[in-house]
Amino acid sequence: MITFAEVVLEGLGRGSVYALIAIGFVIIFKSSQVISFAQPGFMIAGVVLITYLVQVPFLSFWPALALGAVLIALLALGIERAVIRPMVGRPIFAIAIITIALDIIIRTIAHGFIGANVRHVADPWGRSRVSFGPVSMEQRHLAAVLTATVLVVLLLAFFRFTRIGLAMRAVAQDQEVALAQGVSVGAVFAISWGLAGGLAAVAGGFAASGASVDNTFWLIALYALPVIILGGLDSLEGAVLAGLIIGVAQSIFARFPDLLSWLVENPSVIVPWLVMVLVLVLRPYGLFGTREVERV
Amino acid sequence: MALFNTRAKRNAVIVLVVVGLSMPLWLADDWLTILARGSAFAIGAIGLMLLTGYAGQISLGHAFFAAVGFYAAAVLGGDPDDPRRWGFGITEIVIWLPAAGLVAAAVGVVVAPLATRLRGLYLAIVTLGLVFVGEHFFEQWNTLTGGASSGRPPAPATLFGYRLDRDSDLVFVLGARELGPFTRQQQLFWLLTVLLVIFAVAARNLARSDIGRAFTAIRDRDLAAAMIGVNLFKQKTVAFAISSFYAGCFGALFYTTFLNVNPNQFDLLLSVLFLIMVLVGGVGTISGAIAGAFLIAVLPRFTQWLASVLPLISSDPQGIPNADHVRFLLYGLLIIGFLMFEPRGLFGIWFRIRTWFRSYPFSY
Repeated sequence: MITFAEVVLEGLGRGSVYALIAIGFVIIFKSSQVISFAQPGFMIAGVVLITYLVQVPFLSFWPALALGAVLIALLALGIERAVIRPMVGRPIFAIAIITIALDIIIRTIAHGFIGANVRHVADPWGRSRVSFGPVSMEQRHLAAVLTATVLVVLLLAFFRFTRIGLAMRAVAQDQEVALAQGVSVGAVFAISWGLAGGLAAVAGGFAASGASVDNTFWLIALYALPVIILGGLDSLEGAVLAGLIIGVAQSIFARFPDLLSWLVENPSVIVPWLVMVLVLVLRPYGLFGTREVERV
Repeated sequence: MALFNTRAKRNAVIVLVVVGLSMPLWLADDWLTILARGSAFAIGAIGLMLLTGYAGQISLGHAFFAAVGFYAAAVLGGDPDDPRRWGFGITEIVIWLPAAGLVAAAVGVVVAPLATRLRGLYLAIVTLGLVFVGEHFFEQWNTLTGGASSGRPPAPATLFGYRLDRDSDLVFVLGARELGPFTRQQQLFWLLTVLLVIFAVAARNLARSDIGRAFTAIRDRDLAAAMIGVNLFKQKTVAFAISSFYAGCFGALFYTTFLNVNPNQFDLLLSVLFLIMVLVGGVGTISGAIAGAFLIAVLPRFTQWLASVLPLISSDPQGIPNADHVRFLLYGLLIIGFLMFEPRGLFGIWFRIRTWFRSYPFSY
């Protein structure tokens, strides 16, 4: 029982990382109907940037994390303006392929900065644990959950109470009407890309805490795709909830692999994808997604 | 619509095929390997073109079906005395090549019911997941694939008892001239070129048949196609089956030019490469798929040449930046460049050139 509780807590920590990346996907999708496959690229770029920033003498983990997030947000802003904005009005399929290409480019450059060595983000926790009575969890996971909670609350407050948040909600509902009301749709696109890039960088920083960054680190970000399918492509709450669910599921199957070892060894690697297939068969629009109305 | 609707097209293709078949007589072996790999890529790219370019189903799962085809062929042609890996010792290409295609097509039919329910980017994400799940399975399945660390060799290519993937000592005497002996690169090049011609003609015939017309109807507006009587489920399944057949044949053929294959070859990058070939070549055309495939096949050679010419790029695999980095950057830039400036791809460029000449002097 204790073990199960600890596994769930660990899963919440992992899931917070996925949730942050997935929120980025959802924000971009809501504003521009594009699934940006560049999120893994922003995550690894953010992590690599943080690993270099922590080497600066007066920057420790938290300042480097914040600065890295801001810089990657600016990078995402620039990429959106340069590459995505000229493609407004083109088929969604073409823009999605362009984001795949952007992901390849960003990852190649980031991996060039990793080189053959592994890098570290100099987090203050490592693998140390904290106890709540009989149950203990790793401090890095607790930090991830708390940070993700704060960020999600700030985001929801931003969308609810600020003018820019209102503008973004308007564009998410109907781009043309928002444009007619005087909302700068281009600026909303830019802000959504910036937010997504920043969130991905923060997620990467926490994913790298207590671990090392090498050329295969970016695969962690791909699990955000099953998360957004499970949560619903246009639902922020769905992304958070689904991220936690997928994180917990992965942790359960990592700790108890015998549940699925008749199918394959190390099932926790593919459990998110299997969950995604299950969701698509049973409830194609995810937990909280809105049904698409198809017109001829 | 005829197979070649103008005499110029027919003559040009005949000239291309004749020149292509004569290449082993005057090209160096390393170029023959590159072009043979290009032909194999072209077979795979034609398959993805039928699925994505004609039927409009975005699939990032081509690498998975290529893996299925490769392992079907490798198991059929594998060494039966090897205790670590499955093998049946059937090295005859007339058997393992169609078998590889059919096994991959069968897997495509199994995947189709889920894929036909999804549209657009949902399908892309699911097929992306298929690649990762497949990669994981193949890495763990040691008796099939040899495991992630050692892999397994491809099926030996034997045509009616004659080994194509070994240098031969046959010599053909034509009057006073002697042809041969032929190296394995020359023989494999001929094999792959002939197969490419067969597969390409088959695909073009498919595209101009009722199935091909159904595909383009589904791509343009699938709901409207369903309303005029196109059976969406059946045609999408047919599209998946045929494209998986082509992918399986690609998997079986491409790796005959390699000595050993690890299961992590069949990763997302391979799927994206096929997507590049389809998009850069020109969506909705068979010749575009072939052009895109040869471009991608020649690109590694090009970046190696760049590394030798430009001092900034090191040829050492550990250097930063090296030829591989440049190659990946080129992949990304090719997609972005073509999608932004020439969405119809290389075929679109050719179309502009041809139209300019055809409508001269009114080319404006």
